[in-house]
Amino acid sequence: MYAGKPVEVNDEGFFLDKEAWTKDMAPEIAKEVGIDALGDKHYDVIEYIRKRVAAGEQLSMRGMGKSGVVDLKEFYQLFPGKPLKYATRISGVPKPTSCV
Amino acid sequence: MNEEDKRLKKVCIICAKGNLEDVYAALVMANGAVMEGIEAKLFFTFFGLEAITKSHMEHLHTAVVGNPAMRLPGNIPFPSLMGIVPGMEAMASSMMRKKMEELDIPHVGEFMEMIEAGGGEIFACKLAVDMFGLKKEDLSEHVKDIITIAEFYELAGGDHSQIIFV
Repeated sequence: MYAGKPVEVNDEGFFLDKEAWTKDMAPEIAKEVGIDALGDKHYDVIEYIRKRVAAGEQLSMRGMGKSGVVDLKEFYQLFPGKPLKYATRISGVPKPTSCV
Repeated sequence: MNEEDKRLKKVCIICAKGNLEDVYAALVMANGAVMEGIEAKLFFTFFGLEAITKSHMEHLHTAVVGNPAMRLPGNIPFPSLMGIVPGMEAMASSMMRKKMEELDIPHVGEFMEMIEAGGGEIFACKLAVDMFGLKKEDLSEHVKDIITIAEFYELAGGDHSQIIFV
């Protein structure tokens, strides 16, 4: 249940249907991974991730570093711990399968 | 004890070999660790120093002689004796690097940058550095320090910590 709407997620909390995601759900998902407040930079990353996934592209840590939206140090600071996993989860897209 | 308590918190990876596949195994494991919020220390020793020596690190090779798993494109077995043909090792290595680039696998220096961005640390073994006659300035800027095995064990301590030898 996010933003007052029931949402189906898998056992790791990733959305089963990325179209069920709305922007107002992001802060609630973020809290679950220990991020208390989302700033503009977070939303830039979320927008980038949703665009890439919508285009059918594979997300990777390397790709995030080359995104032009954040460098990897910033990415680790914005989503501490597991940046790629947390950022994709907050963005309502499937878990990335890349090893790099 | 719940599942949470058993998770890895730190990995210390020792890379003692200088061929492409072993160095990449170490790099993938270290980067994969920091991506998952696991602290990573990477320690290069003996021929593994090849991976952090400025002049060699972007030119790592894979062995074409005595490598029974080596295959030609199209899944054709590669006779070990063919490996002695001049240029064969360079060609096989460059083909592997090209394939890796296609799979979005970074080159060595970039991989180390990614590991550092996630808080991982890279060290060189003092004994091996002395043995190979290397100096700090011969090593990549990604190398944090040249340390002894005693210092390595100090870094490796703590609960939920594992040492991996490549």
